[in-house]
Amino acid sequence: MTFRMPNDVKQPPAQRAANRAEMTRRDILRSGAAVASLTLAPGVTLMAFGGSPAEAAGAKADAGKRWGLLIDISKCKDDCTACISACKTENGWGGGDNPETDAQWIRKVTLKNTATGHTETMPMMCQHCEKPPCVDVCPTGASMKRVDGIVLVDKHRCIGCRYCMMACPYKARSFVHEPVINQKADAPRGVGTVESCTLCVHRVDAGGTPACVEACAAEGHGAIIFGDLKDPTSDISKRLADYPSVALRPDLDLNPGVRFTNLG
Amino acid sequence: MARLAVILALLLSLAGIAQAEERSSLLPAVPQASGEPHPEGSEFWRKLHMELMRHGRDMTVRDGVRPIEASLKGCFDCHAVKDDHGQYVTVKSETHFCRVCHDYAAVKVDCFMCHRSTPDGVDEHAIEGEGHAGLMTTPEGEEGQAAVAGYLDRLTRPARRAMTTTAEAEQ
Repeated sequence: MTFRMPNDVKQPPAQRAANRAEMTRRDILRSGAAVASLTLAPGVTLMAFGGSPAEAAGAKADAGKRWGLLIDISKCKDDCTACISACKTENGWGGGDNPETDAQWIRKVTLKNTATGHTETMPMMCQHCEKPPCVDVCPTGASMKRVDGIVLVDKHRCIGCRYCMMACPYKARSFVHEPVINQKADAPRGVGTVESCTLCVHRVDAGGTPACVEACAAEGHGAIIFGDLKDPTSDISKRLADYPSVALRPDLDLNPGVRFTNLG
Repeated sequence: MARLAVILALLLSLAGIAQAEERSSLLPAVPQASGEPHPEGSEFWRKLHMELMRHGRDMTVRDGVRPIEASLKGCFDCHAVKDDHGQYVTVKSETHFCRVCHDYAAVKVDCFMCHRSTPDGVDEHAIEGEGHAGLMTTPEGEEGQAAVAGYLDRLTRPARRAMTTTAEAEQ
């Protein structure tokens, strides 16, 4: 592995000659080690080759957790779309003019009991399955599940084949058909890749809750609860233990992280 | 005789420097950054920025490690370029920090198909109007040829001027 540098305009000829020296793998590794030691200033965290202080400090997805949502359908109001608006604002999708192909991270679904005529609505998004079919079928490893249960698309690896969209029983994923600009810094998205609900992973990593949950609570509905399914003392786990709930398409045995209560 | 040799050596070295300077005018003028310089030196980052960012991006996306140093978001803290009107430029502009070297090296940057090319909070729609920064297609037709010619002209203008001056002086 060798690198060759262009001459630097501002440097004297002797320095330029030195820059032309090739950098070997050993030099890179040595430099990488130097990064770790040099940038360990207070408040400055960083990366380096071969394990970073950030990683060592445990600032990463926690395998001891499993993030999930509990959605109370009886609290979801028919004419309310606060969760969708909040998701659009947070993650910078929406605003397209082609409903057939525009991305859709979260949508409202209307359920109607044909026998009684009773209708109700519920939000639908990625169900963050324990055994996600989208991950099973992905040919590049782009579709992935984090150790804390959040299912994501690694767009660095996504080739846009859309196999995951076919595999998802919840129709939760979208393909980006048009070039995109002005993305949110925390939610990169671009043409030729597949995307879906990330459970606001950037907020979760910062100790927050997803935007839809906050918006629903702000509207006074509080239909969506976010929490750790593995923690028996969490609000979501207690409610799941106390009240009946369902997973969508339980026949598929995917064990989704998103659960519904008062459905039907 | 010794004096002659010294003069000759001096002339040769001067010629060498002149040649080097003329050549350096063809190199990209890297935009000035704000903030503290990299402790590892600019040369380190010029050579290895992609290795460092690739390492960091896998850690963040796949393992949820957020406090990394080599992130595009972090780059724009110091390396966001503004135009004459004090407005941030997107990667659609030739003066964008990343493009200055990448255009020179003819290495296509795919990052901005998904990532924004300005600091967070800047309205890229307001900067660009219509059009998309993510697509830097190969110019085609007369318009494309003119664009390439214009770019090459801007890139090599100082050198060409120097050559013209030399040629005129010889006449």
